Amino acid sequence: MTTRIVTCILCPNGCELEVGYQGEPSEETLHVDGNRCPKGKHYALDELLDPKRTLTTSVLVLGGEQPLISVKTATPISRALVSKARSEIQGAVARAPVAIGDVILANVAGTGVDVVVTRGTHLRHEHGK
Amino acid sequence: MVDSTRETDVVVIGGGPAGLAAATAAANEGADVLLVDRNVQLGGILNQCIHDGFGLHAFGKILTGPEFADRYVREALEAGVTACTDTLVSNLSRNREIICTTSGKRSRIRAKSIVLAMGCRERTRGMIQIPGTRPAGVYTAGMAQWLTNMANIRIGQRVVILGSGDIGLIMARRLTWEGAEVSAVIEKLPYPSGLARNITQCLEDYDIPLYLSHSVSYIHGRDRVEAVTVAKVDEVGEFIRRSEFRIPCDTLLLSVGLIPENELSRQAGIQIDPATSGASVDERYMTNVEGIFSCGNVLHIHDLADWAAEEGDRAGRSAAAFALGGYRSSNAAARVPISAGDGVRYVVPQSADRSTQELLLSFRVTAPRDEATICVNAGDSSLATKKLRRAHPASMVQMSVATDHPFDESGLEVRST
Repeated sequence: MTTRIVTCILCPNGCELEVGYQGEPSEETLHVDGNRCPKGKHYALDELLDPKRTLTTSVLVLGGEQPLISVKTATPISRALVSKARSEIQGAVARAPVAIGDVILANVAGTGVDVVVTRGTHLRHEHGK
Repeated sequence: MVDSTRETDVVVIGGGPAGLAAATAAANEGADVLLVDRNVQLGGILNQCIHDGFGLHAFGKILTGPEFADRYVREALEAGVTACTDTLVSNLSRNREIICTTSGKRSRIRAKSIVLAMGCRERTRGMIQIPGTRPAGVYTAGMAQWLTNMANIRIGQRVVILGSGDIGLIMARRLTWEGAEVSAVIEKLPYPSGLARNITQCLEDYDIPLYLSHSVSYIHGRDRVEAVTVAKVDEVGEFIRRSEFRIPCDTLLLSVGLIPENELSRQAGIQIDPATSGASVDERYMTNVEGIFSCGNVLHIHDLADWAAEEGDRAGRSAAAFALGGYRSSNAAARVPISAGDGVRYVVPQSADRSTQELLLSFRVTAPRDEATICVNAGDSSLATKKLRRAHPASMVQMSVATDHPFDESGLEVRST
């Protein structure tokens, strides 16, 4: 029996999960204790096999009221690909106006996940009109 | 001298999560609401909190700070709230008048009720008195967050973070993603003060060491930070001799606590609870000054924006009722104190009308425990108990109390054992 402690990051409760499994971790072999909701078990399995994280960062924008817009991966991506995704996003430049939900980069790092805007900006000359 | 005077039902000061929710709630109750904020954009600090983790409670979705703010701004405008941005409130008086300035013009606003939602500010180096030289490169974590996420300014390359509050932890990951090297997070207490999930996803994911029971004993460098000396501290927070070690760095971030921003409240003669540094309020979030309410981080520091917004919603509804005449005032004799007993640091609200039938208590425990039993007592009788699987000073606890009987005149006490 392999055991591990995993902190669930899905909500602010941050449940401390006691995870145990025999052989390879799978839906069947995995035993999870300490989760206050059913999502804990799926999270624990993900965490053992392929941890996932949402990448949130910013992107340079031209012609906007602000120099930066903020973006995120539309869903969590493999933690192993966060670094690759980061460098792809760093190379992106947006052009104002940009609105929440706009796709800035499709299929980031080959994950099939899009990078979407979380804080947009108006065109600069619109200000004070 | 003022250039103009106007009147309204409810003025809300501060357009962060608490103020937006308060303004929306008051407008939905039918009040004319003016929401005043000193920034050009509504949303407060949420705009610079580009990480996710907001909204699970308020919207059932995981959102980033700006997305969370956007939802509240839309709701407020749809509810008919008038937003006055780029407007600084410089005076607040007991008779519910504010003086504010927009583009050099001063105006007086008379309100039937006022909601205070000014939020908080960060503790600085001066407040915690770190010895050493005074070089550039020492920032509060929130300032560093603004510079990085809003202003596109790189703050440093090799970073040490003092304090394990959530903003510091979030910035450890953020600066790592921006290509800086975060050498260590230093925490004076024997346990982290941020959320457990942030220790995992911000520090452990990037192998950033967390030194508990340590603090920065000296800042080195003439023009720019060159290093910090870190040392162990004992139970009372004194440095332990010969435990020092030096970490070279060009930047020191401070994430060492938040202080409610109550300068306006004090001007109006509002009583401040020393345990929270926020106003003392009753069960409807009204301060000792009739018709002035308080909510969010200006009332007490919240760990989640969702809770600040929920509190704003309650305070906003109370303020609308007061302004529109549906508010039953309670006299001082009918109010009983609510106090923090053993194991509890503070309780909000600090008093309640004896005839209150439903009461929401927000509080924090004094020390971490694996299991705790929270008891709300009135005199000799127990009104409510709750078992907590993990009690931690970093996590605010909320508990509802419902009763058919008037509270005992000795008041209520919340204890954790």
